[in-house]
Amino acid sequence: MTRKIRRLWFVVIFIACFGTAIGLILRAFSSDIVFFVTPSQIVFSPLSYHRVVKLGGMVVAGSVHWKKHTETPTVTFDVTDGLKAITVIYRGILPDLFREGQSVVVIGTTTPQHTFIASEVLAKHDETYMPKEVADALRKSGKWDPRFGPPPSDIR
Amino acid sequence: MFFSPELGHYALALACIIATAQGIFPFIGLYYRNSLLINLTYRLAYGQCIALSVSFLCLIYAAVTNDFSVENIAMNSAVSKPLLYKITGVWGNHEGSILLWAFILSLCGTVVSLFGRHSLPTSLKARVIAILGLIAAGFELFCLTTSNPFMRIFPAPWDGQGMNPLLQDPGLAFHPPILYAGYVGFAVPFAFAIAALLEGHVDAAWGQWVRPWAITAWCFLTCGIAAGSWWSYYVLGWGGYWFWDPVENASLIPWLTGTALIHSAIVVEKRNTLKIWTILLSIGTFSFSLSGTFLVRSGILNSVHAFANDPARGIFILGLLGIVIGGSLLLFAYRAPLLTETNSTLFEPLSREGMLLLNNILLCSLCAVVLTGTLYPPFMAILTGQTISVGKPFFDATTIPLAIPLFIAMGIGPMLPWKRAHLWPLLNKLWFVIALTAIAALIASHKFYGLLPLVCATIAIWIIIASLSDIAQRVALLRAPFLTSINRACALPRSVIGVAIAHIGVGITVLGISAMSQAQHLIVEMPIGTTKHLAGYDWTLTGIAKKPGPNYMALVATLEVRNNGKLIATLHPARRHFNTQNQTIAHVSIASLPFADLYSVLGKQRTIDHTTTYVLKLHYNPLASWIWGGALIMVIGSAFSFSDRRNNHFRHILHRQHLSPSVIEAL
Repeated sequence: MTRKIRRLWFVVIFIACFGTAIGLILRAFSSDIVFFVTPSQIVFSPLSYHRVVKLGGMVVAGSVHWKKHTETPTVTFDVTDGLKAITVIYRGILPDLFREGQSVVVIGTTTPQHTFIASEVLAKHDETYMPKEVADALRKSGKWDPRFGPPPSDIR
Repeated sequence: MFFSPELGHYALALACIIATAQGIFPFIGLYYRNSLLINLTYRLAYGQCIALSVSFLCLIYAAVTNDFSVENIAMNSAVSKPLLYKITGVWGNHEGSILLWAFILSLCGTVVSLFGRHSLPTSLKARVIAILGLIAAGFELFCLTTSNPFMRIFPAPWDGQGMNPLLQDPGLAFHPPILYAGYVGFAVPFAFAIAALLEGHVDAAWGQWVRPWAITAWCFLTCGIAAGSWWSYYVLGWGGYWFWDPVENASLIPWLTGTALIHSAIVVEKRNTLKIWTILLSIGTFSFSLSGTFLVRSGILNSVHAFANDPARGIFILGLLGIVIGGSLLLFAYRAPLLTETNSTLFEPLSREGMLLLNNILLCSLCAVVLTGTLYPPFMAILTGQTISVGKPFFDATTIPLAIPLFIAMGIGPMLPWKRAHLWPLLNKLWFVIALTAIAALIASHKFYGLLPLVCATIAIWIIIASLSDIAQRVALLRAPFLTSINRACALPRSVIGVAIAHIGVGITVLGISAMSQAQHLIVEMPIGTTKHLAGYDWTLTGIAKKPGPNYMALVATLEVRNNGKLIATLHPARRHFNTQNQTIAHVSIASLPFADLYSVLGKQRTIDHTTTYVLKLHYNPLASWIWGGALIMVIGSAFSFSDRRNNHFRHILHRQHLSPSVIEAL
């Protein structure tokens, strides 16, 4: 095998690997990225019902209801950013750090009835922590509640 | 009161000064050819390590004696915390973890000074220790000025705020030191790379010194990542093992480049080529380790606001990273052209080195993909203000297609000879492997749903069978008398066996990951005495009891799992209520069978019409424990190849070099 052909091999393999990597990234960027939305965004500009999104906000106090006597526990609760509220339906165990009146992030899809079918409820951190997205959304909507302490940019 | 926080603070400052001296003296010594200054360097490295151990002991002492006048202890500890977590909690927070980081780095410097005493050329060794000293000085200064763990507060609180209960777990207690040993261990190949750039000379012997260090660091990093993933599997109770979270990715990225490094160092060692690339990989791996630990753990990557909270800390970290990474890359750009490649880098595509190069290209593209997925969300947040997240679907879609050719090459690579291989003998060796893999795939197709998991499982089996058959062919198993084969096996170089073991470990891990995609789970509400059916097992809730723990109150369920009436396992999932933090944590209970994990989580209890029901999450996770078992086998294989006696051969050559007076003059 001549030097030229060897070099060609090398270049072809190199371009093939990195080209594939870039192609895969671009393809995945167009379909597999999860956007963060607030309840008012869902109400004012409805999303495609297939698109998986992250919804963040505060759990409305007193809105958590359990469906009774079903095989899998089903829970509904309202999530609000202070402007609008969305009802979230979730089948499963709520995380231990899930509390009424505290922040929550859920992953799932919207339905035509303005409800949200959650596949995952995230509350991975301790109770003083507020997800950055939720804090930003609350500050944007001007509904930051000083009862929860100073705005999160001051909390570490 | 000997081990007071003030002593610790003082020892830390002392270590910082010693490290600075350790970083400057060798260069002066080499410039003026003063052997006294160079010899002093080694003692400074020991001194720095001793000072830091004193400092670390002081912090542990303060934690154990509940000295809440120390801010760090007051924030992260409590009187009621068990002793083990008081000790391990020292490195569970930002300040303590940086002290641990610096301590491990000083330990690396000490080990280089001790083990390289006779084997390394003086100038190279002095430079390596100097660079380690400079890095250590930077981080000790960071620790002293912006994240001092010994800061006092007044008035001291009666009790501390306690530690996050999720972190109070024996698995997590030792996870950070192991992971950090991995991250920091890559500082040594980095220091070797910088020293080589300064000397303008790299040869096969350089590859031989770097590789053991890279392998050691890699083993620790592998253990650390596996331990972290195992912790998230059995503590977080979500049933999965990898979240593709920025913190996890930050450890995966240096692992990928580190894996590329230990493979490309073989080419430097055996063929005396690919040197510039290996130097770049050494620099890259350590840079990723550094940015991983500091950008992610300090929360800058997760949240842009972390900057606003503590600008001094953020700017210090960025400055330090800029100096270390930018400086080393500049030096690389300036000096790398001096390192001429003796052999041409362009080798035959079908040869051992060709496959190693393919491995490097694929690992680096994988690394690029993971890096893009990790950095894209924060960059988008800064540039457009839009919050997005990149999770499992993205990484599945991008990493699996790149990993598959890598795994295929992994089976072929070790079978090929160096320099030049031919297709026909290779196929002759491979047909048997291909046939066996096809049979295994047919059997597996009954167990796997979906094409992609089946393909991944087949490839995992391919790696295992190919590695086994490589050893079988080397010892002429079944072709020669059995005793001959055994004799041959004993005579095989340990590196060959180590490679086979490590690759089999990868195969086992991949098989575990493929099988985990077939996991089943069920979330149910059960009164006591009821039975649910999942994955061929009957899960019966037989009782609930209250049990007090050291600093919590637990509600423990008893769950009996039966298969056709035969008791397989008794699980005790629990919910623990921690009073200090007013938090309830689910404690997962797992029964590991050879081919599956039975996994259970206890949720909340609810009373409706006088019947109390309990929410339970039941998982059937096939081959889950294989994921971590495979990682352990990888580490054992790497450690085995590390002990290859050929690694000791070079000592003689080096010994000669060490004795020659020309080394210092050659500068």
